[in-house]
Amino acid sequence: MPMTRRGFVKLVGSAIAVGAAGLSGCAGSASGPSRAKVVVIGGGFGGATAAKYVRLWAPDIEVTLVEPNLNFVSCPFSNRVLGGNLKIEQLTVGYDKLQSVRGVKLLRDRALGVDPRARQVKLASGQSLEYDRLVVAPGVDFIYDQLPGLKDPASRERVLHSWKAGPETLALRRQLESMRDGGVYALCVPRSPYRCPPGPYERACQVAFYFKNHKPRSKVLILDANEDVQSKKGLFMAAWNGPYKGLVEYRPNSELLDVDVRTMTAKLQFEDVKADVLNVVPPNRAGDIARQAGLVTANDRWCEVNWQTMESVAARGVHVVGDATLSAPMMPKSGHMANQHGKLAADAIIAALTGRAINDEPIISNTCYSWISDREVVHVASIHAYDPAQKTLVPVKGAGGLSPGPTVKEGEFAMGWASSIFADALA
Amino acid sequence: MASFGYAAAIGAVTCAAMMWTPNASAQDYKARAWAASCASCHGTNGRGSDEIPALAGRSKADLVTVLQEFKAGKRKTATIMHQHAKGYSDAQLERIAEYFSQQPR
Repeated sequence: MPMTRRGFVKLVGSAIAVGAAGLSGCAGSASGPSRAKVVVIGGGFGGATAAKYVRLWAPDIEVTLVEPNLNFVSCPFSNRVLGGNLKIEQLTVGYDKLQSVRGVKLLRDRALGVDPRARQVKLASGQSLEYDRLVVAPGVDFIYDQLPGLKDPASRERVLHSWKAGPETLALRRQLESMRDGGVYALCVPRSPYRCPPGPYERACQVAFYFKNHKPRSKVLILDANEDVQSKKGLFMAAWNGPYKGLVEYRPNSELLDVDVRTMTAKLQFEDVKADVLNVVPPNRAGDIARQAGLVTANDRWCEVNWQTMESVAARGVHVVGDATLSAPMMPKSGHMANQHGKLAADAIIAALTGRAINDEPIISNTCYSWISDREVVHVASIHAYDPAQKTLVPVKGAGGLSPGPTVKEGEFAMGWASSIFADALA
Repeated sequence: MASFGYAAAIGAVTCAAMMWTPNASAQDYKARAWAASCASCHGTNGRGSDEIPALAGRSKADLVTVLQEFKAGKRKTATIMHQHAKGYSDAQLERIAEYFSQQPR
């Protein structure tokens, strides 16, 4: 996009104002019309982190976060709520500290449109926001086109995805509680890529934990569209063949073709599977606002970005973070990864607005804990460094890895991880 | 002033920024960005939480020693840090350690 004269003057003006006021936090605060403006759409792990870190590292930049929900609810560990091992309140964090501690302006509103040429965001309230740099962090939405039985929103109240933590997490827990002993809970896993690769298998473990202790004649059936377990395979299989033997059945190559909501039946290519509780995670794509903003460039599903800056390949000055991105090789769609994207974007935005060089060697990491039981946890870790030849982040060879097996010790570290990352994103 | 052998390489640091930065040393933006990755578990600027140790304000020498032991697989209690430390060069670990050593506890 060619830069307009207005945009150029504004940006240079912003850079001078910010530079003169000092980014190190020693000088007094700048104000006035030339103060650089960053708008962030979406207050999940990626967006909240980007908002916080712009303010942390450059207190003279004005940051507005647009988020419709009252509170942040963490998807990581929400499977524990299904297992009866955690209250959802423990995964719920307000946005108040981002405002009071970091000075982020919070707008409880929904972004309806982005005009990258005019550098404007249109909100559901009718208000428009101008920005110098925009962060789009919409997470995922679901593709129902291939599932006619779930096109009607009313049917989606009976067959839940519970793939966004919140009311659906609690609703699925109630369905499991109401289920008879001896019933079948079937979980349909979409083809990769989807949010949280190990998430479905952790969910199977948590539901199996609940069944083992309360409904031991019941069964967890995983209907996976993929040809194999997508993450931590050995660790999950060991649980299904160990403590949950006879409780969990895993079926690969079981792509869901349709759902009969009336009979709670999953229709697969060669068979129909009837369940007492049917839980369908539809195929994922970048959240709606990314599509509206013209940022979806890959397979009509994901947003391609420059991995040094998280800037969209489709719109200058617009950075996309989190699950909505077309993932770099071997990079999972995880809350931890989104948190890392948010910092990468914040640093690149500050560099752009102040005229300093970007970090041309980003290194980010993933740490993902999965709960096998009420207390035992396993992890997978990876490090992703920028490769100038491939122009993307690639896993560092020889680094990263898995737990040898589930331990209570890693359960303690997992809770520490949650405390840290919630605060790192939201306080 | 710390001996930042790489300070000259940080092309975009302005004179003004150098004067204003704490410890009168040039801000190593690249190290700050790398260290921010650690913050997901170790807390913003390495403050730590619950079971996860703080990094802020610890001596650079100690941090480098521990990171190198993780990287070499010499720490028996490691659950995950031996896997992370292997993702970084020795020079990168030094700069990350330097960054955390300068953060307030």
